[in-house]
Amino acid sequence: MTKLLVNEKDVVVPGELLVEGMDYLPGFGTYREGDNIYSGRLGLVTLDGRTIKLLKLSGRYSPKRNDTIICKVVDVNFSGWRLETNSPYSAMLSMKDATSEFIARGADLTQYYKIGDNIICKITNVTSQKLIDVTMKGPGLRKLMGGRIVPINTNKVPRVIGKQGSMVSMIKQATNARIMVGQNGLVWIQGDIPAMELLAVRTIQKIEDEAHVSGLTDRIKEFLEKETGTTLGGTSNVVQETN
Amino acid sequence: MSYKKRIDNRSFDEMRKIEAKVGVIKRADGSASFKIGNTWAYAAVYGPRNLYPKFLQNPEKGILRCNYNMLPFSSSSDRVRPGGSRRSKEISMVTEKALSPVLNLDDFPNAVVDVFIELPQTEAGSRCAGICAASMALADAGLDMKDLVCAVSVGRVDDKLAVDLDYSEEAYEDGPVADIPVAMLPNLGKISLLQMDGLVKKEQLQEVLDKAKKACAEIYKIQKQALKEKYRVV
Repeated sequence: MTKLLVNEKDVVVPGELLVEGMDYLPGFGTYREGDNIYSGRLGLVTLDGRTIKLLKLSGRYSPKRNDTIICKVVDVNFSGWRLETNSPYSAMLSMKDATSEFIARGADLTQYYKIGDNIICKITNVTSQKLIDVTMKGPGLRKLMGGRIVPINTNKVPRVIGKQGSMVSMIKQATNARIMVGQNGLVWIQGDIPAMELLAVRTIQKIEDEAHVSGLTDRIKEFLEKETGTTLGGTSNVVQETN
Repeated sequence: MSYKKRIDNRSFDEMRKIEAKVGVIKRADGSASFKIGNTWAYAAVYGPRNLYPKFLQNPEKGILRCNYNMLPFSSSSDRVRPGGSRRSKEISMVTEKALSPVLNLDDFPNAVVDVFIELPQTEAGSRCAGICAASMALADAGLDMKDLVCAVSVGRVDDKLAVDLDYSEEAYEDGPVADIPVAMLPNLGKISLLQMDGLVKKEQLQEVLDKAKKACAEIYKIQKQALKEKYRVV
């Protein structure tokens, strides 16, 4: 007799009994002990058919292939650049992946990226020992000049982006700022007017704080309209926010 | 003479009042406070993060590093000399060993998870409070954990067994006293810390563990509630 002891979207803590019986399968963040399934981390319950899995709510960024991340150059060596990734591990950008230009042997690599530069790049490979390779080849991947970087909780990046980028494009529309959201929880913001840049920062922090409250898009839209004194297009009516 | 009634009027199976809160330190990756009676522990978790010096790195999995520290003004008697001591080093070590069975750091080779336990106020049972706070903070930091860890000290005061001794009981002078801190994994029913200061009989030790198990179940409920409170969906 299988008994499901939790509901979808319940917050569960490590060691909590989720299911009694064999009719469910343990997914991410859960484990089976005897006939029962327990929670293996703090998370939000999601049911996917007969699989029970947990959605992460907290924790640092862990690098994954194909993620677009914002990094800072921390070292320059013979063959490329070492980048700080806002995770426990640093990434390597090799000369080959940095530019399509020809770089002569022994050239000074600081003319491309120097220590302290922020860049937006894409992870091409992560090994078992967490050696990270990144590339600059791809649409939108570039050095970030000026602006500011705001750190947010990695697990709330999807909320900041919104469905099909609805949230971030709404902020862009309201503040006229350029915004790049890295999967590693760093957001780059550059506005034409300082006040608007700050508004974008505040909006992003508001989203981070209220990410779990329902009706988020509408509230953010209202907030932006109030702050800017303009009416925004019906972004939230087109794309309905769930959760 | 025997110990008939507890000095602060609690029943022999009753713990002091417990308050637990999660997310008390914003800059940390995970944090919690755990207050039991007058003993108050804060735990902050940083990481997984880069580990240096490099010889400490383990290429197979991440390591856990705990640091237990009593603040200079925390004690009710003398000022505690700041910085590490033999005692704090021992407690840091046993805390680490009490927590590591639940933690899975296989995904973080060469990295470290740092746990800092600070005690602004103490009155017996500080290592147990530290372990309780640290396990909540680790869960808050989003790490892979099989279970939470709950800890309580059960002791013998003269001829009686009492849960969660306070300072006056630890210092009871009219008979023998034993203090036994126990840390448990409440769902898996395993013990990850068992120390003893003093003497008890073999049969009494079994009874101590039974009492600790019951008390830990209560602590687990409080920890669970504190964690859920932080992530409550409005």
